[in-house]
Amino acid sequence: MHQDGISNRNIQVSVEAEDFDVNQEYHWLRENQMRDGAIVTFVGLVRDMNAGEKVQKLCLEHYPAMAFASLQSIAKQATERWRLGKIRVIHRFGELDLGDQIVFVGVTSMHRGDAFAAAEFIMDFLKTNAPFWKKEQTAKGSRWVDAKQSDQDKTASWQK
Amino acid sequence: MIKILFFAQLRERLGVAELTQDTLPDTIGALRNELSQQSGLWAELLQKERCLAALNQEIVADNAKLNSGDEVAFFPPVTGG
Repeated sequence: MHQDGISNRNIQVSVEAEDFDVNQEYHWLRENQMRDGAIVTFVGLVRDMNAGEKVQKLCLEHYPAMAFASLQSIAKQATERWRLGKIRVIHRFGELDLGDQIVFVGVTSMHRGDAFAAAEFIMDFLKTNAPFWKKEQTAKGSRWVDAKQSDQDKTASWQK
Repeated sequence: MIKILFFAQLRERLGVAELTQDTLPDTIGALRNELSQQSGLWAELLQKERCLAALNQEIVADNAKLNSGDEVAFFPPVTGG
C-alpha cells in the first residue's frame, strides 16, 4: 500500500456535458513535474454497435450529487494502492453521438507498471460504481444498456 | 423526513424521480420492503438483485441505518464509462 501524500490538486475530477480535449489533459498531466516517467491515458468512445444492434445515439443519465464524489473516491483508492503523481478523470453526461468521447482517465507514475495498473483499476471501478446509466437510441427505439457480469468480475478481481 | 431518488429504468418505469416521506424505516432494507408493498411493479423493480441503493451518495448494503434528513437513491446496476 502506498500513500505518498498525493495532494488534492493533483487529483482532478470532472463530470460535465461538454467534450474534452485530450491534448489539454495530457499537457496538464505532464506539466510541472519531473519525477514521473510514465503517463497512461484512456479514452472511452460511443460505439456504433452494441448487443448486435446498430446504435444511433446515446444518452447518459447520472446522479449529479453522487457522480463527482464517486469518481473522486475511486481516484483516491488508486493512490492508496500505487505510487502515483497526478490523476485526471472526466466523465460526460447528456446526449452523445457515435464516435463521441465519453470518458477520460489519465494517470502519471514513476514507471509504466503502476500507471497502467492504476488507469485500469480506475476504469474498472468506474464501470461498476460510478452512477451513470446509458440509454441507446436504435432503429427499433430506445433501450437502457444492461450491466455486464464481466465488468463486475473485473472489479471483483481487484479485491482478491 | 427522508428524500428518495430514482434513476434510469427505475425512474422511467415507476414514473417518479423523487419522493419525500415522513416515516423513517430502520434500514435501507426496511425502506425497500416498504416501497415494494405498493404494487407488483415496485416489488419487481426494487428487488435487491437488480436495484442498488445509495445512502447520502454512497452505495450501501441493505443493513445500512437510516436517519432523518438522509438522501436515499435506488437505481439499476450502473453502465457508465
